[in-house]
Amino acid sequence: MNNRLKSYLLIITTILIVSSCSKKLDLYPQNDLTSAIQYATPAGYKSVLAKVYGTLSATGNTGPAGSADITGGLDEGKQVPFIRNFFNAQELPTDEAVVAWNDETIKDFHNFNWTSADFYLKGWYARPIYNITLINEYLRECTDSKLSDRGITGAAATDIKKSVAEVRFLRAFNYWVMLDLFGNSTFITEADKIGSDLPRQIKRADLFNYIETELKAIENELAVARSNEYGRVDQAAAWSLLARLYLNAKVYTGTTKYNEAITYASKVIGAGYGLNPSYKKLFMADNDKATDEIIFAINCDGVKTTGYGNTSFFVHCAAGDDFAEYGVSGGWYGYRATSAFVNLFSDKTGSTDKRAMFTTSRFGTSPSQLVITDIADFNSGPHVKKYVNIRSDGAPVSDRDGVFADIDFPVFRLSEMYLIYAEAVVRGGTGGSQATALSYINKIRERAYGTTSLGQVNLSDLTLQFMLDERGRELYWEGHRRTDLIRYGLLTSSTYLWPWKGGVASGSAVNDKFNLYAIPSSNLIANSNLEQNAGY
Amino acid sequence: MKSSMLKIYKQLPQTIALTIACTLLSVISLAQNVVSGKVTNFKTGLPLQGVTVTVKGTKVSSQSGTDGTYRITVPANSKILSFSYVSYINKEIVINGSVLDVVLAESVQDLTDIVVVAYGTRKKSDLTGAVTSVSAKDFQKGNINSSEQLLQGKVAGLQITSGGGSAGGGSRIRIRGGASLNASNDPLIVVDGIPVESNGISGNDNLLNSINPNDIESMSVLKDASATALYGSRASNGVIIITTKKGTKGKVKFNYNSQVNVGTVNKNVKVLNGDEVRAIINADAAKSGINTYKNLLGKANTDWQKLIYQDAIGWDNNLSVSGALAGVLPFRVSAGYLTQEGVLKTDKFNRLTTALNLSPKLFKNHLSVNINLKGSQTKNHYADGGAVGSAASFDPTQSVNATNVYGGYFEWLQSDGKPIGTNGGSVQPNPLSLLYLRNNNSVVNRFIGNIQLDYKLHFFPDLHVMVNYGMDNAFGKGDDIRDPKLVTQVFSSTKGRHDHYAQFKNNSIIETSLFYEKNIKAIKTKVDVLAGHTYQDFTSYNYNYAGYSSNGTEMPGAPTFATDKPQNRLESYLGRMNLTVNDKYLITASLRRDASSKFAKENRVGYFPSVAAAWKLKDELFKNSSKISDLKLRLGWGITGQQDGIGNYNYLAVYSQSSNAGAQYQFGNNYYSFSRPQAYDANLKWETTTTKNIGLDFGFFNNRLSGSVDVYQKDTKDLLSTVPVAAGGNFNSELTTNVGSMVNKGIEVTINTVPVKSNNITWDLGFNVTYNNSKITKLVGDKILNFQGVSTSSVNDTKVGRHFVGYSPYFFYVAKQVYDQNTGKPIEGLYEDLNRDGKIDDKDLYFYKKPAPDMLFGINTQVAYKSFTLGLSAHGVIGSYAYNSYDATNGLLRSMKNPLNFIGNVSKDYLNTSFSNARYISDYYIQNSSYLRLDNINLGYNVGKVFKNSASLRIAASVQNVFVITKFTGMDPENASDDGLNGTIYPRPRVYSLGFNLDF
Repeated sequence: MNNRLKSYLLIITTILIVSSCSKKLDLYPQNDLTSAIQYATPAGYKSVLAKVYGTLSATGNTGPAGSADITGGLDEGKQVPFIRNFFNAQELPTDEAVVAWNDETIKDFHNFNWTSADFYLKGWYARPIYNITLINEYLRECTDSKLSDRGITGAAATDIKKSVAEVRFLRAFNYWVMLDLFGNSTFITEADKIGSDLPRQIKRADLFNYIETELKAIENELAVARSNEYGRVDQAAAWSLLARLYLNAKVYTGTTKYNEAITYASKVIGAGYGLNPSYKKLFMADNDKATDEIIFAINCDGVKTTGYGNTSFFVHCAAGDDFAEYGVSGGWYGYRATSAFVNLFSDKTGSTDKRAMFTTSRFGTSPSQLVITDIADFNSGPHVKKYVNIRSDGAPVSDRDGVFADIDFPVFRLSEMYLIYAEAVVRGGTGGSQATALSYINKIRERAYGTTSLGQVNLSDLTLQFMLDERGRELYWEGHRRTDLIRYGLLTSSTYLWPWKGGVASGSAVNDKFNLYAIPSSNLIANSNLEQNAGY
Repeated sequence: MKSSMLKIYKQLPQTIALTIACTLLSVISLAQNVVSGKVTNFKTGLPLQGVTVTVKGTKVSSQSGTDGTYRITVPANSKILSFSYVSYINKEIVINGSVLDVVLAESVQDLTDIVVVAYGTRKKSDLTGAVTSVSAKDFQKGNINSSEQLLQGKVAGLQITSGGGSAGGGSRIRIRGGASLNASNDPLIVVDGIPVESNGISGNDNLLNSINPNDIESMSVLKDASATALYGSRASNGVIIITTKKGTKGKVKFNYNSQVNVGTVNKNVKVLNGDEVRAIINADAAKSGINTYKNLLGKANTDWQKLIYQDAIGWDNNLSVSGALAGVLPFRVSAGYLTQEGVLKTDKFNRLTTALNLSPKLFKNHLSVNINLKGSQTKNHYADGGAVGSAASFDPTQSVNATNVYGGYFEWLQSDGKPIGTNGGSVQPNPLSLLYLRNNNSVVNRFIGNIQLDYKLHFFPDLHVMVNYGMDNAFGKGDDIRDPKLVTQVFSSTKGRHDHYAQFKNNSIIETSLFYEKNIKAIKTKVDVLAGHTYQDFTSYNYNYAGYSSNGTEMPGAPTFATDKPQNRLESYLGRMNLTVNDKYLITASLRRDASSKFAKENRVGYFPSVAAAWKLKDELFKNSSKISDLKLRLGWGITGQQDGIGNYNYLAVYSQSSNAGAQYQFGNNYYSFSRPQAYDANLKWETTTTKNIGLDFGFFNNRLSGSVDVYQKDTKDLLSTVPVAAGGNFNSELTTNVGSMVNKGIEVTINTVPVKSNNITWDLGFNVTYNNSKITKLVGDKILNFQGVSTSSVNDTKVGRHFVGYSPYFFYVAKQVYDQNTGKPIEGLYEDLNRDGKIDDKDLYFYKKPAPDMLFGINTQVAYKSFTLGLSAHGVIGSYAYNSYDATNGLLRSMKNPLNFIGNVSKDYLNTSFSNARYISDYYIQNSSYLRLDNINLGYNVGKVFKNSASLRIAASVQNVFVITKFTGMDPENASDDGLNGTIYPRPRVYSLGFNLDF
């Protein structure tokens, strides 16, 4: 009997152990948060907003690398950073940049030899779309009903509502990148939920209309120009993007919009900006102080916003043994310009037009020194020293090891608006005047030469070719050159040949399909709604 | 065995009475004989103590003494004596005199007669599934630091590939190929009933090395689903059950063994010497007229590889004591200490292990208790593995030392005296500086313990209840200190660096099971049933620390979270029934229900059934055949799952936060850290594998020829794979989700023979061969035109492999190299235009060879002559190809004339290609990597009794990694990665060892 009792006790104990273990399978991570917790507080919203902006500068949730946003075998430093991608896409197939490295297919871009299988293209396509996916998610969490359900009211709610217009601007900006590089694009808005249907593709002209409509819709919801806290966009950013969009409308849609370009460039110009007296300071470690001219910059910091593909890339990639002059502790011996581009400056030493920032002391600017005999040899060709991680006030930079740069990347500057205004006028746009156009150009040149006694031009000088060349001199290495050459019909044609264009030392014309990048084949596989661009 | 001894105790009074009666009778009856003799081991000739001698048909029995002699009184009319001894073949001998010497042979299956299977043991002859058990005496010999290597070449279908030459390093284990693409392909490892952590921990990449191989009694490899299905969702890649040695009843016995070994490097990467580099650079300068590199040349001929390696000494000592305390408490306690140098200078691995087993039986044997406690401490001094690569590519024209601020080591410097390189570092540090100016030490403490209570119900002894509680704790920590004089540190702002790391893993299990056993004699049927519940928790505690400079200043980029706690749980019910009818027909059926925390509620539960049957043909058809000693047919089917190798929370929509201070964004004057939604698949579920297996076990001529043949097919569906997703469809460009299917088919043959068997000499010869073929049968998006599969196998970001429908995983996908007709050299950058469209582009890539071998084989042989044994074991693969990624990345002029203005050394393959730049996509680098490796030659001598007969001694010597035969031109064809990229340049040492084993 006693034994029987023992046995029963044992069985009961067993059942207790079994049942006590059940129902403990709902586990949550310690540090990651569910969306309910993430968005429970205004601080949670701000942290997501920081990420939305931060995707333009950082590549993941660990600086400088680690917990990457975009994986899949893409190198976090090389193929997915927004700024580095944008730079490679806009500068490598032009006279402004060649690269010595042998990394994967990187040389195919100057050689006009890329294919839909290209590895870099994968990253170039993935980054803007990733950023947009994130923005859509944020927008879904910013509806009035969600805010009130979460008890977020008052100033906190107002700030979040203000951020809605900002992220819509950023979405339009990322779509503009897709519009410019790929033409047709994957198209998703906050109405498309995660993990449901395959995203659609939007045609280039329709995407143009979408971007235009969005920017106009938020124009008056954004903070008044020059009123927002540093780092966040305002009205002037939306106007600037519209101006740039309209200047290139013929390429994007087949229809010119020069009048609108003049209208929106003028809005920015009239908002109280002025040219910073020093061109050089716009690209130095403390250029966050140049808010007089810079309309929107992507923020980078040597300690707090670090990565291998933001402005840290600019300073390292252009530096060799002379890295100290760039304010960093080592060079990457990679990128330099072609002689065709450098020759836009009659004086390449920088002593008259101070925008000619080539490392003349070391490499000289005699014709033989400018010629690139061997692309793979970094010492062959002119070095560009535009971005330097040195502060204009002489104070030390953030990163004491000299690896990561503090320089913010200027997306829109006032001088670009001057140039858009002038070119649109020259191209026959109405709503502006030739005299104003000339005065804007001469303001830019006055700043460049440091005087009005040199470098000033006359109305007769304002030819289309001059406008292109002046844009080159003013905006080189800021991600404009490919768009400009396409607008002038020069990117692929034989009209303008620069060294090593198409992989030939003397330059050669290339297939017109290269006016657009190929949709990466891996995207076509993953999404049957996508159609390849013509010629690929 | 234990129970039969207990019976003897119970019957003691009767036995004594009987013995007295017999003795009296023997005095009275002259018809009785006394027979005496000596029982010895067939192989060794040594006396056997404790052999039971019985007069057949009577209860008269006796036992042999310490010298093997016995004496028994045989009643009249009795004609036969039978001799029995555990794990020896019983012998019956007709009495034909008063002196009978007997030689007993160890039974061929001896200890493997009882095989440890999932949740229990079975007689080998009753197995229905594909299970191979290897016991201690058949383990791989020599210097084994990590337990899985004991099985090298011993089991058909099992591939063990050691990772390389570092001390205490781990291996890749594959059973019947991998069943998965991206989820884990590692088998589940169970130690004494506890599924253990086989992945690494901070401070030890290979936790299997914390189990002392000397404590292992046997290892069972469970291969087909009918054998593994009781482990349900973790069983798709097979299961290895490790059983450690237990205490035994009887007198206390001691074992001490000691081994000393020396590891030598007998092969280096083929690189150029100083003169060759000088010749190439000088010729190049003469041709181009540019002396930039010529001016950098040094005058030395330094063999950097020779300088970084050493003869590595190891010493392993183990002491164990087993027996029964006070005659009733069986115990075994052991301690082991291993100190092992690596062949790379400063590399060192130390291990201290202790194990205790207690297995008392209480309440008149109704309660069996089994307690296993295993503690270990491993200490690693990690040599900076970067030295291996650096030594191969460091300029051989330079001397080791220089007068400078970098600890006196020659370094490549710029004109300003700072190292060449970015980020204050150096692109190519002096290999010796890496070894001597960096100090990375770790300590890992591990405890594996469990207590099993097995209670046979008093009122219903057919039923017993077992409760098993166990835990596996590992705590690893270490410090990585870089000297301020190290070339990467001299010009850093912090001057020297100190990183601390730590991780704690705690896995626990609680299991309750009911066993029911009934022999229904009326229908000649035995039934045993198991029903159980198990609950497992896997928790890691990851500690994140900021880095510090050598003077204690915190480095930038401090972690946001001091800790993280990834966790998952598994709750399961399981049931099994074994039916044995007429001792000829065996049927096993099992079912496991798993619920895992890794999936959403709707997908959380999986059912994993299996059915297997066996038919003992020998007993049915060849009962009286003297030639056929064993013949059994096995059929099995089952479904298993897979959930390892994916994240714990991949189904959940969560936001991850910035992990350090380096990921923030500036608004105004403040910086805000990031929150980002993570990619997720709410519908994530199990990967399931359906396995079919047909097996035949056979034995002929008294088992002098025995073995088995298994044919299997594994169909895996809902493969957990990380695949590209449509941009904009999720929060990443790829996602871990269920896609595609794969099939593995194979045949395994194991044959063991005894070609020679005589009084003095025995020759055992065994081999196993496995043919395996894996094919992907479905992948996401495979309907789309021109779909080129999922790219894999990155060589510096160039993908040279693909997962593609209809092909084996990681199939190489490359360009066809064009060769110069006259010189036979590959023409740089020229590939065949395979699709004849006039362009050479990615459309000309083609599928060329696969990394997975067609066949695996293992050979084991041993010759015993009197007291000597000589054994060999070898293994190899046939039909595998590897991409020589060392040559592809280093056999280039560009690596010698480095664009950063220094000279590097290159692979000797440069002399074959003269390539200037990297040509990763060329099929030139894909080579046949089939190989045969002679793993081990060992020689043993049984000295016999020493120390006045109080102890027995055995001496053994072995050589490991004797040679490799292969066409592969790289360092070593054996490659621990599934993708076939073989850039290994860390040599596997050849190890000579000498040891002795003392039983007393």
